Amino acid sequence: MHQKTVCELRDVTYVYPGGASDDSGTPRPALRNVSFSVYEGEWLALLGSNGSGKSTLAKHLNALLVPTQGDCVVHGMSTKEEKNTFLIRSLVAMVFQNPENQIVGTVVEEDTAFGPENQGIPPEEIEARVETALKVTGLIGKRKKPTYTLSGGEKQRLAVAGALAMETPCLVLDEPTAMLDPTGRDDLLTVLGNLHAAGKTIVSITHRLEEILRCDRAVVLHAGEVVWEGSISALFLTNGSFREWGLDTPPLAAFWRDLQSENRIDLPSIPSIPGLVDALCQ
Amino acid sequence: MSIKAVNLGHTYHPGTPLETCALKNISFEFDRGTWFSVAGHTGSGKSTLAQHLNGLLLPMEGQVWVDGMEVKEKSRSLQEIRRKVGLVFQYPEQQLFAETVYDEIAFAPRNWGVPENEIPQRVNLAMEQAGLEKNCLKRSPFNLSGGEKRKAAIASVLSSVPDYLVLDEPTAGLDSYSRKELTSLLVRLRSEGMGILLVTHDLDIALQFSDSILVLQGGTQVVWKKPQAVLEHLQANPVPGLKLPDIAQLSAALREKGKNVPLTWQWKCLKTALFGEK
Repeated sequence: MHQKTVCELRDVTYVYPGGASDDSGTPRPALRNVSFSVYEGEWLALLGSNGSGKSTLAKHLNALLVPTQGDCVVHGMSTKEEKNTFLIRSLVAMVFQNPENQIVGTVVEEDTAFGPENQGIPPEEIEARVETALKVTGLIGKRKKPTYTLSGGEKQRLAVAGALAMETPCLVLDEPTAMLDPTGRDDLLTVLGNLHAAGKTIVSITHRLEEILRCDRAVVLHAGEVVWEGSISALFLTNGSFREWGLDTPPLAAFWRDLQSENRIDLPSIPSIPGLVDALCQ
Repeated sequence: MSIKAVNLGHTYHPGTPLETCALKNISFEFDRGTWFSVAGHTGSGKSTLAQHLNGLLLPMEGQVWVDGMEVKEKSRSLQEIRRKVGLVFQYPEQQLFAETVYDEIAFAPRNWGVPENEIPQRVNLAMEQAGLEKNCLKRSPFNLSGGEKRKAAIASVLSSVPDYLVLDEPTAGLDSYSRKELTSLLVRLRSEGMGILLVTHDLDIALQFSDSILVLQGGTQVVWKKPQAVLEHLQANPVPGLKLPDIAQLSAALREKGKNVPLTWQWKCLKTALFGEK
C-alpha cells in the first residue's frame, strides 16, 4: 500500500565536527543508525525532545548535512554525491527553526523571490509564484514592506512563503510554530493542511503534540535514534515511554485515551473537540 | 515586599508618524512568593510591560514600584532595582554573548562584585536550578541547542540571586519535559520566596500555576483576577487571539449542551464531573 518514497535514510550516523562528547572525550553522534522513509504525499511528524537530533535529521533531507556513515537518498539520488545537491534542493525545501536565519531580502517580495531566482526560473513565472506564495501565507498585503518591519509570526510565514515559491514537491519545516502565538500557529497549520490536501509531501518537526493531530504518521527520535514509528492515534496509546522520550500527551488526548480505556466512549482514533462533545452527549 | 504598577502607560516614538500606544492604564500588584502571569496576543503589550519592571523602559505615564522604590530616570535606586528584578528575554540570542556558558552565567555576579572565589559555586547552583547539563560549561552558548540556550539564559539571570524573576515567553521552543522542569523550577523558586512574573500566550500554563493573571489586549487591561475567574471572564468575553485550553473549550461546549459540568481546564476534574469518582 505504500506510495513512492521521497526520501530514504539508510542507517545514517552523523557526528558534528567539534560537537558534544561524552565524559571520556569520545564524540557523541547526533544521529545513530537512523533508518526511515518519507512517502510521497504524506504529512509526517518528526518528534523528539530538545537535543534528540530532529534538526540534524532535517538537514539531511535536503543535503545541508551529509551522513558520516550510511546514506540518505532523495528521489533516488544520494546526498553524498555533490552533483546531486542542486537538484535535491529543488525537490526538498526547508523552513528553519528561526526565520532570521533564512530571510535574505530587504523587501518581502524580494525575499520570497530569492529561491526561484536561484533555481533559474523565468522572471514572469517568479512573479506569479511570489504572488501565490504570499497569498497562501497571508502576506500579500505586506509584499512591499521591508522585512525588518515584520513581526515574529510574519517572519515565520515569510520563511514558509520563500519555500513555497520554489514549488518543491516536498517541504520540511523545523519547528515552524515555535515563535508563533496560538492564532498564528493555527493559521500556519491551516496553510500546511491545505498544501497537504493539494498533494505536497510535508515533514513537520516539532515537540508539540497538539500540532500533529492532523498528520498521517509519526516518527519519534530519542537521543539520536528512531525509537517509534506509526500512526498518530497509535502514538497516543503508547503512553508508557513518553516521559522517557521527553514528550507529553496533550490534555485532550489524555482525556480521550482515559475514557477509551475505560470503555466510556467508542472512538478508535483521536477525535476533535466537536467529535468528543458528540460522543459524550449521546 | 511587592512589585506594583499604577496606571502605567507607554507610547513608542511619541510625536512621530510611528507613534504607537503600547500600554495604557495598567495597574496591578504582586508580592514576593507569588506567581503573576501576564497573558495576551502578539502585540498586546506583554513584552513592553515586562521591560518596565526592571527599568529597561521607564514609565511615560503612571508609576512602577519595586519593594517601595520607584522606577524612574536618574533614580539612585535603579541599580538596586535591576539587582532585585532579573529579566529573561524572549529570545535567548538577545541575551547571550559570552565566549563560554560559564562566563555567561558568571557575568552578572561578577558585575555585582561577588568575589571571584564564590563565582564557581554561584555558577554551579544556577546551572543546577536551570537544569543545564554540566558538559555545557565550556561550550559556546551559541553552539547549544535551542532549549539549552533558553536554560543558559535563565541560569545567567538566576546567578545574581534576584528577588523577582521576570520571564518573557520562556517556554517557546522548549519541549514538554523541559517545560515541566522549568515550571517546577519556578514553583520551587516561588516557595522559596521569589516573586515570579511570567509573560505568556499559553493560557494552559498561566491557569495551572498562577496566583493571579492579568490579560492584556491592544495595550489595555482586560482583567486581573485569580485563574478560575479569568477563565470564566474569557469564556464570557473572548479576547481575539487568546485561545482557551482544549479542555476548557470542551467543558464549555458540554455546558452549552446542557451537561452539568464546571468550566475547567483540567481533564481529570471534567471526567469526575461526568462520570463521578472512581
